[in-house]
Amino acid sequence: MTTRLPDVEQLLEGLIQQIRGNIKPDTGIIGIYTGGVWVAERLHAALGNDVQMGTIDIAFYRDDYDRRGLQGSVKPSDIPFDVNDRDIVLVDDVLYTGRTIRAAMNELFDYGRPGRVMLAALVDRGGRQLPIEPQFVGAQVTVPDDQLVSLQRADSGSLQLSLRPRTEDKLQS
Amino acid sequence: MNQHPQLDSTGRLTHLLSIEGLPREIVVDILDTARSFVSVAERDIKKVPLLRGKSVFNLFFEPSTRTRTTFEIAAKRLSADVINLNVGASSQSKGETLLDTVANLSAMHADMFVVRHSQSGAPNLIARHVAPNIHVINAGDGRHAHPTQALLDMFTIRHYKKEFPGLRVAIVGDILHSRVARSQIHALTTLGVAEVRVIAPATLLPADVSRLGVHVFTDMVTGLKGADVVIMLRLQNERMTGELLPSAQEYFKNYGLTSEKLAHADPQAIVMHPGPMNRGVEIDSSVADGLQSVILPQVTFGIAVRMAVMSILAGGQP
Repeated sequence: MTTRLPDVEQLLEGLIQQIRGNIKPDTGIIGIYTGGVWVAERLHAALGNDVQMGTIDIAFYRDDYDRRGLQGSVKPSDIPFDVNDRDIVLVDDVLYTGRTIRAAMNELFDYGRPGRVMLAALVDRGGRQLPIEPQFVGAQVTVPDDQLVSLQRADSGSLQLSLRPRTEDKLQS
Repeated sequence: MNQHPQLDSTGRLTHLLSIEGLPREIVVDILDTARSFVSVAERDIKKVPLLRGKSVFNLFFEPSTRTRTTFEIAAKRLSADVINLNVGASSQSKGETLLDTVANLSAMHADMFVVRHSQSGAPNLIARHVAPNIHVINAGDGRHAHPTQALLDMFTIRHYKKEFPGLRVAIVGDILHSRVARSQIHALTTLGVAEVRVIAPATLLPADVSRLGVHVFTDMVTGLKGADVVIMLRLQNERMTGELLPSAQEYFKNYGLTSEKLAHADPQAIVMHPGPMNRGVEIDSSVADGLQSVILPQVTFGIAVRMAVMSILAGGQP
C-alpha cells in the first residue's frame, strides 16, 4: 500500500486561512520541537508581527521517560511572553496519539495560566490515545500503522513530509 | 571487571563517578541537556516531573553545604523526593560499614545515591554493589574526583567562551589535594582545549602532574600570560600550618589572584572558583567581586548541570 502525502506549502496555506480571523492580535503561537517549530515559524511569518512566537521541547514532560530516558538532544524551551490569560495556539507537525500535546500542555501550564489553548497541526493521522482534538488542521491523512510520518526541512528551508517504517515503539505526536 | 563502571553494557551512563574514562559525547550531552534546565530555572514554576516518585538520597560522609544544597535543589526541581543523610553523625559512628548503610537505604527503595566521602573510591565501591536500577553520583571522594563540579565548570566556560578549542585555561592553587582540579583537567582534555596550565608552589603539585598533559608553572605571572580562563582553587586552612606552606600571607603574595596579576591574563579572561572562597588567601576581594568574576553564575549553573546528570542517569533504557 502506498500513501501519497500532501504538499506542505498547500497545507500551510490552508492552515493560515483557518487561523487568520480566528485569533486575537495578541495570541501567542508556540511550536513544539522539532517539526512544530518549523511550522510555527511559517505561521508566525504569515500572521504578522503582533502575534508572538515561542518554542517548547517536551522532553522533560514525556510520559515514556521511565521506559526510554531522555532521547536525543533536548532544546531549551523559550516562551518570551507572558502566557497568563493569553490565547495560545500550540503547533505540531504530525498529530497522532496526542501524547506530545498532553506533555506540551503540562509544560505550558508551568509558565502560567493561559486564557485559551488551541491546537494547530499540519497533518492529522488519527490514532488518538487521549481526548485531544485540533482546532486547525492542514489535512487528514491515512497512514498504515507500521509507518511514521515526519516533517523534513531541506537546507533551502523548504519543508516536506515523508514516510518511513516504524522501527521501534516510538512515541509520536 | 568492567573498565568503566559508570557505563552500562550498551555504553549508556548509569553512574557518574569520574570524568576520567567518560566519552566526549557523554560530556557534551550532559552540557547540552543542562542548557535546557537553565531555561527551566527562569520560569515561574521551576520544576519538571521527570523524577516524580523517585527517591534521591544525599549521602554525605563529609561536610558540605553548597554541593549538598545544589544537589538537593536539583533533585527537587526534578520532582524527586530527597532525603539528606549526614552519615558521619549516625550509622558510621555506631560502627556500621559503608555497604551495610547503603544496603539498608536501598531497602528503603532508594533510586539514586549522591555520595560524598573522604575516602577516594567510596562512590565506586557503592556503585559496584547496588542493584542495576540504582544510580550513584560522586559528589566528591577524597583526592580522587568531583565530576559534577568539573561539569558545571565546563558549562560555565562554554557559556562565556562558546567553544573549547583555542582556549588556554589556568588552574591555580593546591593541585596536590584537589579532586576538583583532577576532574577539571580530565574534562578540559576531553573537550579539547588548546592548553591546560597548572600554577602552584612545588609543594602543592603532585609528582606525576605532567602525565596529565598539562603545563606546569610555579610562577603565577608567567602562568597567567594570555590565559582565557583562570580557575582559582580553595586553599584549605589545614595545609597552611604544616610544612607545605609558610603562611597565608606568603601564599597570597605569590599565588593570590589580585587585579595586578589578573592583568597578565587575556583582557576578556573569566575568573572562576569552586567555593568556598578564602578572600585574601587565594583571591582578592576586588577580583572575586570584579567584572571578570563568574563565581556566582557557577553556582546557578551547578543546579542545571546536576539536574542534567540526574535525569540522564534515572531515565529508562531504550
